[in-house]
Amino acid sequence: MSGILASMIDGLLVGAVYGLAAMGLSLIWGVMDVINLTHGAMIALGMFCMYLLFAATGMNPYLLLLPTIGFGLVIGLVVYWMAVHWVVGRSMLMSLLSTFAVNMMVIGIGTAVWSTSPYNVNFVLPGITMGAYTFTGNHIAAAISAVVIALALQLFLYHTRTGKAIRAVADNRDAAELMGISSTAVLSIAFAIGIALACTSGALVSTLFPFTILSGAVYQLKSFVVTILAGLGKPFGALVAGVLLGLLEGVVTPFIAVSWIPLIEFGLFVVVLVAFPQGIFGKRATA
Amino acid sequence: MILRRPFFWIILLIAAGFIYAPLHGNNVSLREDLILIAIAIILASNLNLMIGYTGYVNFGHIVFYGLGGYVGLYLTTVRGWNLVLAALVAGVVVSVCGFLFGLAILRLRGAYFALATIGILQAVQAFVSNFDPWGRSTGMYLSFASYQPLGGARRALWITYFLIIAVMALSMILSLAIKNSKFGLGLFAIREDEDAAVVLGVNATLYKAIIYSVSAFLPAVAGALMFFKNGMIDPSIAFEYMLSLEGIVMLMLGGQGSVIGAALGGTLYEKLRSYLLTSPVLSNFHLVIAGGLLLMVVLFAPGGLIGWLYRWVPRSRKVIE
Amino acid sequence: MSALLEVRGVSKRFGGLVAVSDVSFSIAEGEILGLIGPNGAGKTTLFNIVNGVYKADQGSITFAEKDITRYSPDQVVHLGLARTHQIVKPLNDLTVLDNVTVGACFGREYLDMAAARKVASEVLQQVGLGDRADMMARSLTIAGKKRLEVARALAAKPKLLLLDEVLAGLNPTEVATMIELVRKIRDSGISVLMIEHLMQAIMSLSNRIVVLNLGRKLAEGQPDEVVHNSDVVEAYLGFPDIVDKLTRTD
Repeated sequence: MSGILASMIDGLLVGAVYGLAAMGLSLIWGVMDVINLTHGAMIALGMFCMYLLFAATGMNPYLLLLPTIGFGLVIGLVVYWMAVHWVVGRSMLMSLLSTFAVNMMVIGIGTAVWSTSPYNVNFVLPGITMGAYTFTGNHIAAAISAVVIALALQLFLYHTRTGKAIRAVADNRDAAELMGISSTAVLSIAFAIGIALACTSGALVSTLFPFTILSGAVYQLKSFVVTILAGLGKPFGALVAGVLLGLLEGVVTPFIAVSWIPLIEFGLFVVVLVAFPQGIFGKRATA
Repeated sequence: MILRRPFFWIILLIAAGFIYAPLHGNNVSLREDLILIAIAIILASNLNLMIGYTGYVNFGHIVFYGLGGYVGLYLTTVRGWNLVLAALVAGVVVSVCGFLFGLAILRLRGAYFALATIGILQAVQAFVSNFDPWGRSTGMYLSFASYQPLGGARRALWITYFLIIAVMALSMILSLAIKNSKFGLGLFAIREDEDAAVVLGVNATLYKAIIYSVSAFLPAVAGALMFFKNGMIDPSIAFEYMLSLEGIVMLMLGGQGSVIGAALGGTLYEKLRSYLLTSPVLSNFHLVIAGGLLLMVVLFAPGGLIGWLYRWVPRSRKVIE
Repeated sequence: MSALLEVRGVSKRFGGLVAVSDVSFSIAEGEILGLIGPNGAGKTTLFNIVNGVYKADQGSITFAEKDITRYSPDQVVHLGLARTHQIVKPLNDLTVLDNVTVGACFGREYLDMAAARKVASEVLQQVGLGDRADMMARSLTIAGKKRLEVARALAAKPKLLLLDEVLAGLNPTEVATMIELVRKIRDSGISVLMIEHLMQAIMSLSNRIVVLNLGRKLAEGQPDEVVHNSDVVEAYLGFPDIVDKLTRTD
């Protein structure tokens, strides 16, 4: 098996986690037209949540995902009522700045508590060896967890009452309210789910790589790239686009230094935005 | 025209005060305090051109300051250029880069532009960290000899200080001039409703690229001066994300869109920050407090201090720019 | 005589939806042309194509002997083609005077600030907003905002003015003043292309009328010809006896 193929498979596995993170961003963006700049901080919180849970219980981290999801939902509700509820429907500048302010606070508290030195979750699952290459069990387990959670979200959105209400509000908030759907309840739930997805993806990342409180920013940029690639309000598309981004990283990493990757991702972000403005502005452009 | 604006003369008075206060009695520690305030005012005023005038959030404004620092330090240390010339060239080079970035993200509207600016910050930082002539992630140091043409380190630091105060005054004058110009009116129209502005004849894409580039110039000059004064630069201090964010807090606090608001916010926030950083209990939490402050302003007083003044004393709108 | 505006075979699709299909018409100088049709007929889309907000998929648009098919909205204004919006777009946090000054600054004459302010004050007098010049645009009433739209467009010193439902949402007194205003605009030598749902208003104002239905041009002609056209009656008016109501003179 060639090195590049192995690198691509590794990229695919990590990409599923990127996709999960981006689903959270995409869901919030699509449903309430808020670009959630706490996203990176919430990914970082998820990492530390997993770190603390693992340190306290020593259990298999992939089982600890369940309490992490619960933690994410609670934090999501707190952030919603603190900073988001009051600016939904106001200019986008305001929601950018208010979520951004929360981001600063979370990072500030995190830095005070954990400093910016690296942590890691010391847990290794046996891997699969193919020829000269080994795929670590953690990568495989993380990818499977990401896909399972993504499928669960899809089922929730399409087959439950609440899920359908979320989609209705995303489609047309005013119409949904006329149908008797309380948009406040729906928005807060959607926001909490979005944050829970960010936390969960952070928790998965923490089982793969060392991390600091600032690590979330890297995944935030990736989430933006993925969300734009997938098109807004398409959570499942985000998973696919995340896998594609991981694949791309897998293809390029054997050839260039890792520190160039933000440059490449940013380039991709701009190219996609500029090349497909219809896909992105399409929601507004029909008169 | 601009000479007839009383506020123009107030700016000159402020600058004169900044120069006189530390010079009188050769008070170096006061000078160091004031220089931080001056940098805060420079960053907040130029950021105001984007956020306050045009309605576009730039999360990566610090890129200009850091790049200016790099170009300036490279020209003075490696090339042995004169400081003023190096700072001006740094300003021009960074503005041109800004215009090119602007063209790259020209078609992005509103929030998408804001996201792209985060990307630009990360991308530029990644680039500089891998750029050999600028010392990659270890950065560059100024040789002591570079102070010689200015008459030794002591004099050089004072000269740099005066230059930074000049840049501060220019930043405020620039804001004032744009606010009262046709160009500024076009920007305000874009801020209020970009589609309407275009239909009224404003070439929004060009205006956005120009203002993005203009807002790069003075911060880049200031960066060149400041990093010359500090004698060293590396990617983490040049592109300090935190400072980029604090610039936004300063502006929102003082009042976006207002010339004096940006300056006032810069001054107050810098005061608050130096108080927090010296306090043993609160120093770890200054980011939390800054974030809390920003949240309060956004939720309760989106116009900042000046907006609040406008609301209670509507006539002040005509006097205070 | 060559027309001021010449629209030839213009089509526009959004995805699978054909919004405008092969529409042609022209406007002569000093003429008021009415554009009517049921909701969703493509009237506003047609406006957006004419002033460059959307690019036509097919066809061409000539204005003052220049091909403006590929022009952007700001270029179109510089040539002297200004418009208003059906859903008003005031620049909320600027004063009424500043709103109109924007129109004058970036319009056909591309005036400097001082000259633009002068023009803006005159135009505000003309549309009857003179005493509200220093108010913030957001605090105007809906009728005031509609007039502001007209004032901004007028300040650009256009040769052709596109009016998109300037009468909608106004009370009868306001409607009467607005109709008077449109007449005065025409008399000052500016051609007008207007979309309107108020049939009586458009019948009395227009020199000619173009009827759109489902993106296609259904009819064109003098107001009374158009009302008696059986296609129009069927597609647009729905039931025949409305013609009597419309044409009856009390």
